Amino acid sequence: MRVALSVACFDDALFPGTGKAVTVLLERLGHEVAYPPGQTCCGQIHWTTGYHREAADLARAYTAAFEGCEVVVAPSASCAATVRDGYPRIARTARDPGLARAAEGLAVYELTEFLVDVLGVTDVGAYFPHRVTYHPSCQSARTLGVADRPLRLLRAVRGLDLVELPAAGECCGFGGAFAMKNSDVSVAMVADKVRHVRDTGADVVCAVDNSCLAHIGGALSRLRGGVRTMHLAEILAETGPA
Amino acid sequence: MPKFAAAARSALADTGLRRNLRGGIAAAREREAAAAAELGGWDDLREAGRAIRDAALLDLDAHLEELERAVTEAGGTVHWAADAAEACEIVTGLVRAAGADEVVKASSATTREIGLTAALARAGVTARETALADLAVQLGDDEPSHLLSPALHRDRAEIRELFRRTMPAAGPDLTDDPAGLAAAVRVHLRERFLRARVAVTGANFLVAETGTLVVLESEGNARMCLTLPGTLISVAGIDKVVPTWADMEVFLQLLPRSSSGDRMTPYVATSTGVTAGDGPRAFHLVLLDNGRTRALADEVGRTALRCIRCSACMNVCPVYERAGGRAYGPVYPGPIGAILTPQLRGVDSAADASLPYASTLCGACADVCPVKIDIPDVLVHLRGTVVESRRRRPVPPPELMLMRGLAWTMGDPRRYETALRRGTRWARLLSRGGRIRRLPGLLGKWTEARDLPAPPSESFRAWWTRRRP
Repeated sequence: MRVALSVACFDDALFPGTGKAVTVLLERLGHEVAYPPGQTCCGQIHWTTGYHREAADLARAYTAAFEGCEVVVAPSASCAATVRDGYPRIARTARDPGLARAAEGLAVYELTEFLVDVLGVTDVGAYFPHRVTYHPSCQSARTLGVADRPLRLLRAVRGLDLVELPAAGECCGFGGAFAMKNSDVSVAMVADKVRHVRDTGADVVCAVDNSCLAHIGGALSRLRGGVRTMHLAEILAETGPA
Repeated sequence: MPKFAAAARSALADTGLRRNLRGGIAAAREREAAAAAELGGWDDLREAGRAIRDAALLDLDAHLEELERAVTEAGGTVHWAADAAEACEIVTGLVRAAGADEVVKASSATTREIGLTAALARAGVTARETALADLAVQLGDDEPSHLLSPALHRDRAEIRELFRRTMPAAGPDLTDDPAGLAAAVRVHLRERFLRARVAVTGANFLVAETGTLVVLESEGNARMCLTLPGTLISVAGIDKVVPTWADMEVFLQLLPRSSSGDRMTPYVATSTGVTAGDGPRAFHLVLLDNGRTRALADEVGRTALRCIRCSACMNVCPVYERAGGRAYGPVYPGPIGAILTPQLRGVDSAADASLPYASTLCGACADVCPVKIDIPDVLVHLRGTVVESRRRRPVPPPELMLMRGLAWTMGDPRRYETALRRGTRWARLLSRGGRIRRLPGLLGKWTEARDLPAPPSESFRAWWTRRRP
């Protein structure tokens, strides 16, 4: 299958390893990966912060960049959620039925949905001999409803010791502009998330959103917490020594 | 009223508030989840609740006229108040006409919304709260922090000390045993109930077809207010109308289970007009608009008017759990307050405009709302309203300039690539050991307590281009 890769602007700059990992993973599974060069940003930041006119412009550009792609895979639940759940709302606000139609025409999947539902695989042949815990980001769990797909993929990774995260469903406190506008509450939230992560004794905390991981990881780094953050795709891309 | 972030900052430093809130809402959350789970078809019930509320709001004018007819036929009087000032004026006039300088009050968010107690005080009338938690807030000269449990930020020892200090009837032997506290309140209130000539209450629901006021409560004090004094004044938002008695079947299941986690609230009082020889001799229903009609005209915002004031949204909200209810301003706390208050009051003040941003949009509230209000959707919608109001300012605020600039940059792949290269170079200069510990300007809030990884020198798209020329 020819897969169009959608890389979040945030990931493009700060976490390029995630896009690389998805490329490596999908090619290993025998698929062709394309990266439509017209893509920039899905407009999520503008939409959720209230800049709805700008969000509509970015949404139009995004749908144009991916027009005609058979399938679009985004290793970011919040970007996938913006396109699938947000674009109809952006179109409603902008009173732009053309945008609504264009968004409807896009088959956008979050990575774990694509692997489990479209490709029908849970064992992707990965090897990662570490203790790992998983943070279900709000957009993946609530907006997209990826449910246990990430956990099924993680359980199939050889060598991986998966440990449950206490109070996993509670938000890490990132929330886009919230992390700056309400930094005190945001920090109070991530403090509890970090405590739960450290309580697991895991080496690695993973998720399907680098934004949440930047938040949790940023706090862990400041506290010298001794736990690494990794995008789930980067774990699935690992095959270990040949 | 300060902006949410500033109010939250002081709440975060209040260790007693943090502990009491954490414990209080965790317990409520568990009770509610269990109460919802034991009932089969909870989601169908929520859907029914949503449908009834939407239908009621769609034909609100007709239902309100029907309500007025039914209340009048049952011997009551309906008063229409366009805003808080008008509602306070009506109630004050009615209390004066009854010749009272004291009223007993049942718990009511709507009377808090209009600032009734202060308005009555200005007219020389003392309003006495009769629910334990409201009484504690009043005696402590405090602000409520939760819709259902206004004194949630206080623990029992604090309440005991307050009662010892302020209630003559509470002796030095008063302990913090809940039954003992309730008994002290009962003694304190009894005399006041017996001498009160006027009672003021809110309403959970107003049944249009029969003109019936429905009040749910746990202590029996509202029932005393509804039956003892000669004059009963009830203040309710126009959104509280449900068309028929049969609709109560749905809400008497949804509300108790979503608010206190009970199968049924201990006291469910229904009161219709006046009956000779039984209960109040005069009944006045004050129907309040105060921004509700404006909210109703907003196709996204109006869904907030479905709210049945259960407080489930705040009990699951991680922001509320840490910031407390008072950070949301004086009336409606938690996620529902963040979407209701800015619609009722507008977003002209910085404090009201900060409320739609008091959320991470995590969605926990929407999961539990018994009438399926998509709170994150309304929050984002209201953020749009706030930004639109800022676009009209003569001098554009810095955030608007930044966001416009960002959108312009992102609007074209070449501009984006240039900005990406420059931004990466700049950020790498700020970093040490692979991390950035301090950022300037608006981003400085991030690095107050969190690092940011230094961007790798090669972006994804640069890697892609290098790999496949």
